[in-house]
Amino acid sequence: MKIGVVTFPGSLDDVDASRAVRLAGGEPVALWHGDNDLAGVDAVVLPGGFSYGDYLRCGAIARFAPVMEALVDAARGGMPVLGICNGFQILCESHLLPGALVRNDHQRFVCRDQMLRIENADTAWTSAYETDQEIVVPLKNGEGGFVADEATLDSLEQEGRVVARYVGVNPNGSLRDIAGVTNERGNVVGLMPHPEHAVEALFGAGLDGRGFFASVVQAMADRS
Amino acid sequence: MARVVVDVMLKPEILDPQGKAVHGALDRLGFELVTDVRQGKRFELEVDGEMDDEKLADVNKLAETLLSNPVIETYAVTVAS
Repeated sequence: MKIGVVTFPGSLDDVDASRAVRLAGGEPVALWHGDNDLAGVDAVVLPGGFSYGDYLRCGAIARFAPVMEALVDAARGGMPVLGICNGFQILCESHLLPGALVRNDHQRFVCRDQMLRIENADTAWTSAYETDQEIVVPLKNGEGGFVADEATLDSLEQEGRVVARYVGVNPNGSLRDIAGVTNERGNVVGLMPHPEHAVEALFGAGLDGRGFFASVVQAMADRS
Repeated sequence: MARVVVDVMLKPEILDPQGKAVHGALDRLGFELVTDVRQGKRFELEVDGEMDDEKLADVNKLAETLLSNPVIETYAVTVAS
C-alpha cells in the first residue's frame, strides 16, 4: 500500500503525514512537486503548509506544479487523494473540490484542538469512522474559511458531501461550519483540520486522526 | 511594449476581513464618511509588442486561470495607454 506525500516549496506537514501513513499500516512515498509522475503510488496526501509562501492565493501557484497534472488525472480516474489544510486549498484551486478557502473571518491565525463530526463515513478517507462520530484533532490556519455559493452549499448538503463539520466552535467562519468536503465520487477529500497531528500517544489531542489514514489503507486492501 | 492592468476583487457576497479591518481603522481615525471598504489586488503586466485582440484574449485567459479564482473573485482587464 504505497501512499504518496507531495512536498511543495513551503510544505510543512509532509513528514508528519508520512508518519501518519506509516502508523496506519501504509508505506509512505515522498513525492516532489517538480516531478511529472506519481511513482506508482496507490493514493496521495497533499500535506499542510504554505506552498509558494501562500503568494497570490493559498494553493493557487501549487496547483500548476508539474506533479499536479498527473495528480488531477489520477484523481479524476478514482485515485484516493486527501488534501489537508494547504492541501485542501490546492484541491479547491485545482477544481477537484468545490468552493474556496478564504481568510478567517476574525483575521487571526487560529491554533486549537478542534472537535469535528464525521458526517460522511463512506469516503475513501473516512470509512474507519462511524457516521456522526465526534473526534478531536488539531486545527491551525489563517485562511481556513470555506466558502461557496448557496446553490453549491445546498447540493453539497443534499449529496452528503460534507465530510466533516466543526462542533462547538466555528474556528474560522466557514460557511455552515464545514470543515471538510468530498467530490462526487468520494475519492477526493479536503479537510482543514490536521488529523496527521493526532496519530501518536503523548503527542497532542489523541489518536482520533488515525482513522483517515487507516480508512484508505483498508479501502485499498479491500480493492486488491 | 504594452502595459495591461488586471484588477481582481472578491465577489460582493464573499466576506472581506481585510477590507473590514481597514474600515474599522478608518472609523477610529475619524474618517466617518466611508461606509464600506473592499480590498482587492492589482496586477500590472508588461506585454511584448503592441496589444491586439489575440494578446488581449490571452491576458483574459491568464487572469481567469491564475490571477483570479472565479469561485470567489471577479477580474477586470484594462489596457493602459
